[in-house]
Amino acid sequence: MSRRVVITGTGVICALGRDVAEFRQALQDGRSGIGPIESADTSQLRFCNGAEVKGYTHRPYFDDRRADFLDRFAQFAVIAAREAVAAAGIEWTPEMRENAAIITGSCVGGQSTEDTGFHDVYKNGLNRVHPLTIPKTMANAGASHISMEFGITGPSFTVSTACSSAAHAIGQASWMVRSGITDLAITGGSEAPFSFGILKAWEAMRVVSPDTCRPFSKDRRGMVLGEGAAMLVLEPLDAALARGANILAEITGFGMSADACHITQPSADGAARAMRAALRDASLAPEAIGYVNAHGTGTVANDLTETAAIKSVFGAHAAKLAVSSTKSMHGHALGAAAALESLATVLALHDGFLPPTANFTTPDPECDLDVVPNQSRPADVEWAMTNSFAFGGLNAVLVLRRFS
Amino acid sequence: MSDELIHRVIKTMAASKRISAESISIDSEFQQLGIDSMDAVEILFALENEFEINIPDDEVRSVRNVRQMCEGVEKLVAAKEAAKAAQQG
Repeated sequence: MSRRVVITGTGVICALGRDVAEFRQALQDGRSGIGPIESADTSQLRFCNGAEVKGYTHRPYFDDRRADFLDRFAQFAVIAAREAVAAAGIEWTPEMRENAAIITGSCVGGQSTEDTGFHDVYKNGLNRVHPLTIPKTMANAGASHISMEFGITGPSFTVSTACSSAAHAIGQASWMVRSGITDLAITGGSEAPFSFGILKAWEAMRVVSPDTCRPFSKDRRGMVLGEGAAMLVLEPLDAALARGANILAEITGFGMSADACHITQPSADGAARAMRAALRDASLAPEAIGYVNAHGTGTVANDLTETAAIKSVFGAHAAKLAVSSTKSMHGHALGAAAALESLATVLALHDGFLPPTANFTTPDPECDLDVVPNQSRPADVEWAMTNSFAFGGLNAVLVLRRFS
Repeated sequence: MSDELIHRVIKTMAASKRISAESISIDSEFQQLGIDSMDAVEILFALENEFEINIPDDEVRSVRNVRQMCEGVEKLVAAKEAAKAAQQG
């Protein structure tokens, strides 16, 4: 069985907004959500900026008792899933609940909860850690709470491949819908890494920018961490048409690769192989792609390597291709990054605009792509690609098509 | 630059990269020693602990060899001693 897979609902919460409308507006305005970190003390850190969900509290989303059970990353997952399911207009039947799949991505899961608990025993001299530390920390908590929220009892799991997590999750979900394993999937990613211990670990890697994130810009100084979640509802095309669903875009290709090279340094070859695999899966020539939502972390190494990989895959077409990094606005949300970027790509196709690379100042001759600097641009694109290249060299690329 | 400082930097680098200190000299380039970006980040971590200094990201961007590393450490150690002296003033 091979069925066309369409996206019929989306939901998001991140530094750019608390729903899809706010997220879209920020992308169109080229507005960055990066600012001083509020949810952790940065006085002992070499960086102080992040892309947080400003002023977030669990209310009005969860009552106090429910919130006790959910780390911030799992709360984000449920909030985004609620919006996506409502937008898709799903009317649940017992059969649908039994068949539906939930596949989420997360990199650090609820490590912020763990950080607090471990601080208590290591530093504060307490002899016990809160009993919910384990169920709040586990990376699959997002998927589990989505299943409980909607009473979904079908295949549900979480993928953790660092910065590619959500791309692997969405790709896997699309293949499960395509092959007939499931008739409905809720998929995406969530992350909330703003905890002192996690920030210290990122500081030690020396890849975080002391000011802002300037992907592909000559003066880029690294990535900026972000948080949030985005979720998509996937269905087979025929079922979506039959129920009169609002179809936002189609997922036509998914490709993966491993660099087998270095635990942190990216490889242009590995990235290019994932892009080619996604095009092959979509049965698409590279020239058909009109927009690439880049991995674009804003580190020296990624942006050089990704530029080389794009040129290798697209050849002469690379000069005409629009490539932007929305991480310049929503930050690098690790395991949620690809979910936010897939949503940005869906909106680009559906609403006819190219989201920009914000904070761009100076062209880099070694990243000489059309990076849509600073201002979004109206564009009628039929096919787009979104790239994710993780630490550990595990790459995942999705190809999306405008639905018309 | 004192021999003692050079010796300590080399010893710290060798322990971090798990190679013999004899294989490293003040004139070694990182590339010759097979030190990649992640190795370098680990070495900086080890040097920060060894000398009780903080090495800012901007200071290390252009460091490519052992001599530059020693010079950088010397400067930061001197700054630390000066700050301490000023405090005791």
